[in-house]
Amino acid sequence: MRLRYPDTIRIIRVPCTGKVDLIHILRAFEKGADGVYVVGCMEGDCRFDNGNLRARKRVAQAQAILDKVGVGGERVKMFNLSSGEGPRFAEYAVEMTEKIEEMGPNPIKIAMQKAA
Amino acid sequence: MIVADKKPIEEIIDMVKGYQKILIAGCNECVTVCEAGGKKEVGVLASALRMYFMNEGKKIEVDEITLERQCDHEYLEEMRNSIDQYDAVVSLACGVGVQFMAEKYFGTPVYPGVNTCFMGVTEERGVWSERCQGCGQCILGKTAGICPISRCAKRLLNGPCGGSTQGKCEISKDLDCAWQLIIDRLKELDRLDEYEEIAPIKDWSTERAGGPRRVVREDVRQ
Repeated sequence: MRLRYPDTIRIIRVPCTGKVDLIHILRAFEKGADGVYVVGCMEGDCRFDNGNLRARKRVAQAQAILDKVGVGGERVKMFNLSSGEGPRFAEYAVEMTEKIEEMGPNPIKIAMQKAA
Repeated sequence: MIVADKKPIEEIIDMVKGYQKILIAGCNECVTVCEAGGKKEVGVLASALRMYFMNEGKKIEVDEITLERQCDHEYLEEMRNSIDQYDAVVSLACGVGVQFMAEKYFGTPVYPGVNTCFMGVTEERGVWSERCQGCGQCILGKTAGICPISRCAKRLLNGPCGGSTQGKCEISKDLDCAWQLIIDRLKELDRLDEYEEIAPIKDWSTERAGGPRRVVREDVRQ
């Protein structure tokens, strides 16, 4: 398939998106990540029944917190696709990268650089 | 368990914004189960506060600790050696824990990170409801195991009232009439004759109306 997607993305593999906790998302931003997106299986197709539904809720919780602390909830997003949808994976990567580039860098990262 | 709900982050930020070094203290008991003040919630709140203050250009240090319980001396004592390095503590325990910490560490401001709500059950994940008001004179044996003090809006001892319609309370269509539940269960247990007994006037002095309460047990007291 040899699909290309932006090389700014670091993939963190998890056994199921249900493994992604709210604190994992927040820590990524605390450490300076500009954006985080969670890619889970299609809703209703979770091998563990509701892992991706839990992830969706946690992403929503992260969005609410990031909005309140001034980082911006739009920097985190949940996507769903099946394992056979490589092109869509690449599309989502481009979509998220463009979104983050439009928003600019994580303000925490800038504040950390200023403080250092 | 004691059920608590998270306070909005803005409220907590407002409480601690004047301090330089803050400790977020969670509790491993009830508030962990109701997902309001356990280790996970401590981590999330601490992370959110760090990001907020960093973004504001303020150098505020936020540390985390989660105690086994905040309502017992032995666990609160674990903080004895480190408490002095903090300007303030945000306790995510119930109101009991917050107060006990404030009593123990008199010179350190302690702020509540949750709103303590009631003694209740987990109906399903994310839904908790009240079951006990600690009235000090339990009558569950006479009411088929369903408490009219905590579950009837009027706390009626001889119910239901005229506001009970199709098993629901008049204050909300989502609220079961406690006395309907009691009658249904007495019927199920074939004890409906007990419903005919008029409950005497309750001694409310053991309830909160009698002032702050204590239990002293000389048989176990040291």
